[in-house]
Amino acid sequence: MSLLEARDLHVEFASRGRRARAVDGVDLTVGEGEIVALVGESGCGKTTLARTLLGLERPASGTVRYGGAPLAYSTRALKAYRREVQLVPQDPTGSLNPRHTVYEAVAEGPRIHGLPGERERVASALSRAGLRPPERFFPLYPHELSGGQRQRVVIAGALALDPGVLVADEPVASLDASVRGEILALLLRLRAELGLSALVVTHDLGLAWNIADRVAVMYLGRIVESGPVEQVLSAPSHPYTQALLSVLPESPAPVVLGGEPPDPTRIPGGCRFHPRCQVLAGGLAAGAGVDGRCRSQPPAILPAAAGSRVACHFAEASRAPA
Amino acid sequence: MTAPETAPETAPGARPEAPGRLLELRDVAVTYRSTAGDVPAVRGVSLELAEGEALGIAGESGSGKSTLAMAVLRLLPRSARVGGEILLGGEDVLTMTWGRLRAVRWASASVVFQGAQHALNPVRRVGAQIAEPLLVHGLADPAGARTRVAELLEQVGLPAWRARSHPHELSGGQRQRVMIAMALACSPRLIIADEPTTALDVMIQAQVLALIRSLIADRGIGLVMISHDLSVLAATCDRLAVMYAGRVVETGPSREVFTGARHPYGRALAGAFPTVGDRASRLAPRGLGGDPPDPARLPGGCSFHPRCPEALPSCSWREVELWPAGGGSARTSGGPAVAHTAACVHVLPDPEAMPGPGGGAADPVARPAKESA
Repeated sequence: MSLLEARDLHVEFASRGRRARAVDGVDLTVGEGEIVALVGESGCGKTTLARTLLGLERPASGTVRYGGAPLAYSTRALKAYRREVQLVPQDPTGSLNPRHTVYEAVAEGPRIHGLPGERERVASALSRAGLRPPERFFPLYPHELSGGQRQRVVIAGALALDPGVLVADEPVASLDASVRGEILALLLRLRAELGLSALVVTHDLGLAWNIADRVAVMYLGRIVESGPVEQVLSAPSHPYTQALLSVLPESPAPVVLGGEPPDPTRIPGGCRFHPRCQVLAGGLAAGAGVDGRCRSQPPAILPAAAGSRVACHFAEASRAPA
Repeated sequence: MTAPETAPETAPGARPEAPGRLLELRDVAVTYRSTAGDVPAVRGVSLELAEGEALGIAGESGSGKSTLAMAVLRLLPRSARVGGEILLGGEDVLTMTWGRLRAVRWASASVVFQGAQHALNPVRRVGAQIAEPLLVHGLADPAGARTRVAELLEQVGLPAWRARSHPHELSGGQRQRVMIAMALACSPRLIIADEPTTALDVMIQAQVLALIRSLIADRGIGLVMISHDLSVLAATCDRLAVMYAGRVVETGPSREVFTGARHPYGRALAGAFPTVGDRASRLAPRGLGGDPPDPARLPGGCSFHPRCPEALPSCSWREVELWPAGGGSARTSGGPAVAHTAACVHVLPDPEAMPGPGGGAADPVARPAKESA
């Protein structure tokens, strides 16, 4: 069952007098009790996509659906929606008010939504986030907590609203190495205990391997490959996914792509990855007779269907029976 | 240490018997004095680095790894008290005069700071910032500096016209390259890189690491690289030292420490960044309970014992020094073998056999029978 869904989503910004197509046609679903990792480099549009799914940006076209119903952008509808789909931000230190106690921080959401039983709600959220006994943490200020504990407070703030989905943007990027695993284990435990779904936005493929069921790889506003984590990360089909995996520290043969990720105000024609594509540059695409299409014909938008999908002419040609 | 009376151009106490030894730390301790009392950030670290060698220092916040690195060039705040010896090319940095220290900074050893966006001056063009150490050290006139800046930018893979850019016009990876160009400007023998790729994407990280590796290989520069990511260090450095609570708790050849750590903390750090494709870590993130200790309130005994999954009762009062942990390998340059050591009770020949607190042991520190030279 799909819980949170993007359908043919486009999000645009004006950038230095030009139109930046930050999200340029994305279909994506997060099923009930599913953890999906959205991976890509900075500037690929993954954070914009996440913000649009949270109702923080309005799409230029396409729809965001939750539980099958399209998201309405009235103030009242958005307020109700934000109870269901909660953000876990990247930097817990920046997102907690230094002058609010842990109790105040976690109680803020329930107060805004007028939920009953505030004290019990805060206590139960803190203890589900692994801060036990919760009463001991009530009076503490953020500076009295460690980085891992602060991230747990932020997660408790989201849990206090009984959401259906967490959208976590680089949830462990600012944490110490030894604490990362504990926070990731917490996300897995919340899924097991509460059936909570999550979309985890990250540039870290190891993180996707650690906790996600499915992964979607984003490049310049599009999902270029998606599917079950084992399949996509063990046997990647898209040259971009292959390159990303090849530059991990332990990898034997790194394919370092030239240049920085390109500019969403100047999306190349044809396959948007073709100017950096190592398969095209190495002549393999020409060998398969698809190099013309790589340069001129954009691959179709990947449907948000089960199974593994790839938006690449070369991969399609090599997969099809000869 | 007392400063020598005369400000010498030649090194006081230079050690010509160890010519290939670029950097040597002997029992270095750094304590920050604060109103709340003394905070020991680094507690007795001994390390050495040969020319052309890369040493990775791993640890998390509060481990003292950045404090240790900044101590090498005396870049610490006034509240820091530094003890021990820091020999740079045989000369003790801690007893240098300010004039000598100014000459050594950038020219003999330079630092690539963490977070290039904050370390660069936002209102000056990057070319002028790269040229600054050259001009300050009198190594070039303004025209010569311009040529050298163009050369340096090219070496780090940026077009020469980028010299006219301001930092905000560059991407994160480009800014980090500018920082590296700046560190290379005066052709130092030693580069200290503090989390040089932490804020970067994987692809850009791979580019910057490849650049750093080629610089070490081509010019025989010594590198001390600091990171919390053991996998990045293992891929770049010959040797690793893992720090926890101000001490080195494990050291040895990179591959060996990364894949076969003997200290439980070394193992946890190696497991924190999983290898994609490794079945054991699939849907099983590995971490440690608890948090890194506050340096102002270190636990007694082995400072790792409250978080240690394998602690013995004696760990709460007894601290173990670095012991041979088996393995080790010959240095590629044909130098002395690199020992694998770990400061853990479990690498002792007989962990349980040490005398107890009432057993007449005056010194609760287990030491190897012989100092490893």
